Amino acid sequence: MSLDSLDITESYTTPDGRTIGGVVMEMKNITLRFGGVVAIKDISFDIREGEIRAIIGPNGAGKSSMLNVINGFYHPQEGEIWFHGKKRAPMKPYQVAHQGIARTFQNIALFNGMTTLDNIMTGRMTHVKSNMLMQAIWKGPAEREENEHREVVEKIIDFLEIQAIRKTPVGRLPYGLQKRVELGRALAAEPKLLLLDEPMAGMNVEEKEDMSRFILDVNDEFGTTIALIEHDMGVVMDISDRVVVMDYGRKIGDGTPDEIRNNQEVIDAYLGVAHD
Amino acid sequence: MPDQLLFAMEVTLNGLMAGVLYSLVALGFVLIFKASGIFNYAQGVMALFAALTLVGIQDGQVPFAHLINAIFGTNVHHFGWHVPAVFAIILTLGVMVLFAIIVERYILKHLVNQEPIILFMATIGLAYFMEGFGDLMWGSDIKKLDIGLPQGLNETLESVTYGWWGYGFFIDNLDIAATIVAAILVITLTLFSQYSKTGRALRAVADDHQAALSVGISLRFIWVIVWSIAGFVALVAGVMWGAKSGVQFSLSLIALKALPVLMLGGFTSIPGAIVGGLIIGVGEKLFEFSIGPMIGGATENWFAYMLALLFLVFRPQGLFGDKIIERV
Ligand SMILES: Nc1ncnc2c1ncn2[C@@H]1O[C@H](COP(=O)(O)OP(=O)(O)OP(=O)(O)O)[C@@H](O)[C@H]1O
Ligand SMILES: [Mg+2]
Repeated sequence: MSLDSLDITESYTTPDGRTIGGVVMEMKNITLRFGGVVAIKDISFDIREGEIRAIIGPNGAGKSSMLNVINGFYHPQEGEIWFHGKKRAPMKPYQVAHQGIARTFQNIALFNGMTTLDNIMTGRMTHVKSNMLMQAIWKGPAEREENEHREVVEKIIDFLEIQAIRKTPVGRLPYGLQKRVELGRALAAEPKLLLLDEPMAGMNVEEKEDMSRFILDVNDEFGTTIALIEHDMGVVMDISDRVVVMDYGRKIGDGTPDEIRNNQEVIDAYLGVAHD
Repeated sequence: MPDQLLFAMEVTLNGLMAGVLYSLVALGFVLIFKASGIFNYAQGVMALFAALTLVGIQDGQVPFAHLINAIFGTNVHHFGWHVPAVFAIILTLGVMVLFAIIVERYILKHLVNQEPIILFMATIGLAYFMEGFGDLMWGSDIKKLDIGLPQGLNETLESVTYGWWGYGFFIDNLDIAATIVAAILVITLTLFSQYSKTGRALRAVADDHQAALSVGISLRFIWVIVWSIAGFVALVAGVMWGAKSGVQFSLSLIALKALPVLMLGGFTSIPGAIVGGLIIGVGEKLFEFSIGPMIGGATENWFAYMLALLFLVFRPQGLFGDKIIERV
């Protein structure tokens, strides 16, 4: 099945019976340069509501740069970003977060001095209502709010099966668990769009299976739209609905896993065939 | 109880009280350092500036009087009113928040991602600028600060201790008041940082800028908060010190008292600043009392630094500082 002819507002049903909605985020002709290095070269692609969208490509292809553009760490020199049908003005990362976009990092970025619980609590930041002065003067509403946040966070902790490390400072956790806590922090924001930069890098087979399951469950249970970067082809083809392939900053393929598997340019890039 | 022991107890008590004030000044440094990696050289001048502003507002001084008179040929100095201490303190706090906003807007914002040494230099510039600005705004004469804090010997304590041991403790009321205020502030700040959401955001920024941004924390907002708190701490320290010895340039030198505290307690640790301040306060008083007479006294000027230096040799990361392990 090819989705190329699908209108941006149309929805469709996946082979496994999930409904994928219209386009929520559209990247139009994005170009990002660092001095002489062109990290992203005139790339366009879209992300649909409720889908799992993978970005793959060899090292240095510009995948992380693309997530950084979406999340506001990098600002492209050219191109437009459309979110929920509106063109997005250049934004700071914290503003992007407030729009409902959460993320994890390729090199885990947790608050090492804090416990698992506190780390995930910071993920609630975009939902905090009562301000500082309120908290100082009138504790009632602030406390009630804190309890609400705690409830969400405890659910996430249960969901990710990390009850045992609730009070452990995350700096002491093994790598695989740190990745899980980082996912938890992103989930705590109850994001509309979740960006995952290599969520399974450096994991063993078992950990990868767990992580795949969590990603699928998040998508399935909460309908969260997910864009993820991953090197493990098996995993990518297994869990994603559509795949963007990047190579040297260019987009060389875009489509369902089946389409990508049979795309000659993609095969060449991965087999290391010389480029033009 | 033997006299020597009682005397030592009295000295320790005095040391603890001086120490709380050191802790407070050190806390100002730690807060800014944690949140932005800046060693704020201007912390001491901020205390001076805050105290100057408080006195100026309280006495109804016309700000920039010299400048105004020079330009317009007028001769204004006072508004002729007197502002009650409470209002003057609130207004001064407002000025310090304004100051924080200006620092963020016109200095920090332009220096994001710069080397720490550049940021440090910027705060040196800021310190000298503020010193001059304070002079220009409020004049450079020595001012008396009086916000109605109790002063003089605490007679109750003296008579009680006399009744118990036949030896009366000489403790100044101002020291007691300063200790209580500083202790309350230190506890409040610790609770704020540990349990409030803004406190959590503050710790998040201190830990990892990128991650903090990604969860929706505005760095600029946090910087304003942190510099406001540092301004608040500076005000309290300035008031306590100023009430003791008048508001004058030397007040900015209390920052030098905080330096050994930071070496001892670590630049990133709030408990370190608290305990470090107390250790230095008690240490320097006890040392002066016991060893001082043998080596000609006046040990308080250098003892703190020597203690801190010894400490650095054995625990470079400070009392509670994180162990520094170089990644290779
Ligand atoms: N902040 C930056 N400054 C300068 N160059 C950068 C920066 N970030 C990325 N680049 C460059 O942009 C190119 C793309 O890097 P990017 O990290 O996006 O690749 P990637 O596809 O995520 O690779 P990997 O699989 O290794 O993570 C690289 O050449 C990289 O050196
Ligand atoms: Mg990458």
